[in-house]
Amino acid sequence: MTFNKYIFIVIAYVITMSIPCYAENEKLVQFFYLGKDYPSSPPLSLLEKILTDEGIKGAHLSMEVNNQMGRMFDYKFELKEIIVAKDEDPVESVKKHLQQSNKLIIADLESKDLIKLANSPATKNAIILNINAEDDDLRVSECHNNVFHIIPSLSMRTDALAQYLIWKKWKKWFLVSGKHQTDKDYVKAVARSAKKFGAKIVEQRSYKLETGNKRVDSGHQQIQTQMPMLTRGAKKHDVVFVADLNESFGLYLPYRTAEPRPVVGTYGLVATAWHRSFEQYAGTQLQNAFEEFAGRIMTEKDYLAWLAIKLLGKAVIRTQSIEPETLRAYILADDLNLAGYKGRPLSFRKWNQQLRQPILISSDRALVSVSPQEGFLHPKFYTDTIGFDKPESKCNLSSS
Amino acid sequence: MKIILLISVAFLINVHTDEAFAGKLFVSNERDNTVTVIDHESLKIISTIPTGRRPRGLITSIDGREVFVCVGDDDRIDVIDVEKLKVVRTLDPGPDPELLDTDPSGERIYIANEDDAMVTVMKATDGEILAQIPVGVEPEGMRVHPDNHITVATSEETSMAHFIDNETLELEDNILVDTRPRHAEYTRDGKQVWVSSEIGGTVSVIGVENREIIKKISFDIRGIRSELIQPVGMRMSKDGKYAFVALGPANHIAVVDTKTYEVKKYILVGQRPWHIEIHPDGSKLYVANGLTNDMTIIDVASLKATQSVPVGRLPWGIAFAK
Repeated sequence: MTFNKYIFIVIAYVITMSIPCYAENEKLVQFFYLGKDYPSSPPLSLLEKILTDEGIKGAHLSMEVNNQMGRMFDYKFELKEIIVAKDEDPVESVKKHLQQSNKLIIADLESKDLIKLANSPATKNAIILNINAEDDDLRVSECHNNVFHIIPSLSMRTDALAQYLIWKKWKKWFLVSGKHQTDKDYVKAVARSAKKFGAKIVEQRSYKLETGNKRVDSGHQQIQTQMPMLTRGAKKHDVVFVADLNESFGLYLPYRTAEPRPVVGTYGLVATAWHRSFEQYAGTQLQNAFEEFAGRIMTEKDYLAWLAIKLLGKAVIRTQSIEPETLRAYILADDLNLAGYKGRPLSFRKWNQQLRQPILISSDRALVSVSPQEGFLHPKFYTDTIGFDKPESKCNLSSS
Repeated sequence: MKIILLISVAFLINVHTDEAFAGKLFVSNERDNTVTVIDHESLKIISTIPTGRRPRGLITSIDGREVFVCVGDDDRIDVIDVEKLKVVRTLDPGPDPELLDTDPSGERIYIANEDDAMVTVMKATDGEILAQIPVGVEPEGMRVHPDNHITVATSEETSMAHFIDNETLELEDNILVDTRPRHAEYTRDGKQVWVSSEIGGTVSVIGVENREIIKKISFDIRGIRSELIQPVGMRMSKDGKYAFVALGPANHIAVVDTKTYEVKKYILVGQRPWHIEIHPDGSKLYVANGLTNDMTIIDVASLKATQSVPVGRLPWGIAFAK
């Protein structure tokens, strides 16, 4: 981590900015970025770099804007990064800091750690912004008062894709899934989306082979025969829907399936909160600013961290407060109008504290669509046609 | 009724006495990298002028001889000669110019550098840069006060209206408005500046003297979800009675009474109207509809959309020149 370099950039930026109204008695507000070095497999594609600063870079870019605004209102924002090793407990690491600080936390944690953090007495009245855990359970049955989900849930992703596929009239899905628990969760979400929008899973198969090292000599020859075997003889289908969240084989499906069908799901046509192919609604500005700042493209994780920090900055400046209850009420208002470069004002679903947001439908290199699709109607928010709506969720965190 | 009649009479007089009635409309086409020129009377396309990449904000010079066009992707301003109908010179305003305005004397232009969080002030004649003023992130709206003592710039990402002193070329005030302010427009008496907030869905009315928000106007169109109501372009009627506000994806122009702040009418136009322009005689309002690639003409006296004419792809802004 070249954290010092970021600090330098931020400080240099602060010094060179010359907007007046700079005050001596500024109020310090601290945010925490809490992450863990989870073991993960390298990307299958050789074209994709292994990133070690995903999320963090987005957070730091957002801090710049926050401080630029903050200076005009005597606020100074600081970001403290706590990234623990894979066998360490992130909750223990953040605990000691929370006693003397604002409890404003960006949680880049998987669901198990996130739940532990949310249940810790140290985070009572905290505001925890989840940018990592996609599990539907966290939005449907196990909701926490102090957790706000910036990241779309699995169901939001599969619903967003489903709406597009329905619009295309591609209603017969052949589902191929990996063997991990997250893949199984995704399969559940796909099944729910199919039922919700009137599509049909005509057949489901799983792929159990471990991919292994991606850099092997003559590796393509094996893949060339494995993928047709995996997909041969399936019932008539319009698309191959792949559930492979750990990226162990999804990349290998396009052009190798037994039938010439498009691949959608976790690879091929994907549903995501952010993508480099997206430049509408002033998205260009954010893409450019990030690339200049980070020297690489903005990933979904970067975007979510950027948005989380932006939300906190906006809430503090607009309410002129760091009181958790005041911030909470502000964040949960229907007219929060958070601007996420999606062309729509963003706000939270009160019952499960999930950020409602349009979802991008993108191929590898070009934007294909943005869901919700036209024609999917909702009495309150169009964006509530994707993901679990209030009547489907057991959570009831805030009234109304 | 009597008032409307009086206005109509006033227009009729204008028709016969004011030479300004002849004119051309210049429409920037963001997708095509062109400016469409339309004869305002026949509404026929006279010319399609190639420009730099991503033409957006454009404005007619005070002497009426030139149209300045921001071509953001080429970091440049293309200057169109109104008679020759071609780009005759270019100016270098720094990175990514989006929207601009001229001062009433015609000496200076004020430019929002969207990617650079700056307002550039330059001489209109030779492009000499007089100042680069740091403002909030993603400056866009840009309007010089008719008295020429201040300029208001809006910054989309920091949600502020910045007041610039035109004498010292320094920031005087930063007023927080609703999310993503896109445009600033003064009332005809110069006492108020109206700022539209695209994502906030409101227009903030700010006192030019006291710098306080006097009123926040919101909009409500039957059958249209509030998340689609996104105010962007604005113009005031010549008599000062109405403000016209383009509502983006809500596909309507709101007509707001400037005294009561009540919305008098919503006029249906093409899809995603952004910027609008009013004829100097006040009789017509022109609306650039980004998603339907056309321009709607609204008759101001009757407050009715009378016609739509095709322009280039993704029309963004409109300027009128004799």
